[in-house]
Amino acid sequence: MSKNTDLFEYDNAKRIHPALEELRGIIQYKDLVFQLIRRDIISRYKRSALGVAWTMLQPLGMMIILSIVFSNLFHAVRGYPVYILSGLLAWTFFSQTTTAAVIQIVWGATLFHRIYLPRTSFPVSAIGTGLVNLILGLIPLFFILLATGVPITWNILFLPVGILLLTAFALGIALILSTAAVYFPDVAEMYQVVLLGWMYLTPIIYPEDILPEPLRFWLTSFNPMYYLIKIFHAVIYSGELPSLRILLVGSFVSFATLAVGWLFFSKKADEFTYYI
Amino acid sequence: MQTAINLHNISVQYRAPEERIGTFKEYAIRLLQKKIKHKTFLALNDISLEIKEGDTFGILGRNGAGKSTLLKVISRVLAPTKGRVQIRGRVSPLLELGAGFHPELTGRENIFLNGALLGHSYHEIEARLESIIKFSEIEGFIEAPIRTYSTGMVARLGFAVATAWKPEILILDEVLSVGDEAFQQKCQIKLDELRSGNVTTILVSHNVNTMQALCTRAIWLDHGEVRASGDAARVIQIYKEQNL
Repeated sequence: MSKNTDLFEYDNAKRIHPALEELRGIIQYKDLVFQLIRRDIISRYKRSALGVAWTMLQPLGMMIILSIVFSNLFHAVRGYPVYILSGLLAWTFFSQTTTAAVIQIVWGATLFHRIYLPRTSFPVSAIGTGLVNLILGLIPLFFILLATGVPITWNILFLPVGILLLTAFALGIALILSTAAVYFPDVAEMYQVVLLGWMYLTPIIYPEDILPEPLRFWLTSFNPMYYLIKIFHAVIYSGELPSLRILLVGSFVSFATLAVGWLFFSKKADEFTYYI
Repeated sequence: MQTAINLHNISVQYRAPEERIGTFKEYAIRLLQKKIKHKTFLALNDISLEIKEGDTFGILGRNGAGKSTLLKVISRVLAPTKGRVQIRGRVSPLLELGAGFHPELTGRENIFLNGALLGHSYHEIEARLESIIKFSEIEGFIEAPIRTYSTGMVARLGFAVATAWKPEILILDEVLSVGDEAFQQKCQIKLDELRSGNVTTILVSHNVNTMQALCTRAIWLDHGEVRASGDAARVIQIYKEQNL
């Protein structure tokens, strides 16, 4: 028998740290992540006449409704539609991806029983799908900026940093939630309620200065999404760079959440087939 | 002859289904009441076995004997509670034909999705695309969404993707019956082709005759324990004496 050097070998006594194993796996299975993203996008719009245009029309419709309903209430806010849309894009990305990750892990469970896959493929591809939608959603935002006369500055080039931090945070939360959902399926339901409350407690549809003082301090300082959405507001709506404090706290919270989520998920991943 | 699969003292312990706590609320209440008891069930108990490269190895046993659990351990889907697993070579998946297909995607799109689930790169799939389509006999419908396919067509496509790559370790679980008689024959030829060369085959079946015809070595599992192992003819003999 000739020795085949690139023969796949597995020995459970010689496994590397699960977090690294997952990382290596996801790099190896990058084409799967791509195919899953493709599947999500194709299957979502295949039977609709306007197709992918819905990705752009959805936040736009929401923005129009909110603008009509709230513009009298917050008439002091100049360029209110842009304020709403910039915050809403970030929020929608976060709520959609984290919810999708939970659904995907439950769907993926049937496959986990049959083939080996890096288990992170599903949360990671959920985030990927959200990123595609987010980028498509920026197109109508650009037109709204032009239409409302809110000036576009060079600071908008800082937006990718905001997207990066938001992605890291969303992936971290997605990993923690989908792990929890394996053990307790009703996490998915509970999370929907949490999301609704969380959205109203974050200054997205209202400007933050309408909050009375003690409340404002609590709602902003301890809310990770406040920092991340603030970056979107700064570079798109205000045309400024985010403050250093916002950026530092935002980065720390995002990457810490991602690290905790990745470690937690990979540590538990071997147990998934025992539970679902 | 090199060893393809080596299992040392493998145990798999499941939590008994009736004791599984489904909701977080229930868990919190039980935690407060300190009523969490763990009833467990040993699906595999201290199994050790060695399968040589190129062997055809049979796993005998009744339903619930632990055959599927053993296959899951070998295909790396289930991490054993105890014991060491050593595998040399790629193991074919335990894919139920068509698992992972998406109804809204076309046949072609599903080939790429399914191929990627099996761990193949885009280029590897592209290279086999034509032969997969040809084998599954759905050339005319390859651009139509899979929800419009008949059950037989889906199964044929699933079989074609799953067998497009030759694994080093092939798992044959029960008898594959896909499509009509002509297609079944085609499947059999394909499986024989996959088994040729130096492929290690693991055969799981209730059918003692198939096993006798194909296997060189075998194991008899009963309630998660090895009742007999070694030369296939001898193991089958013992199994027959005790069961028939």
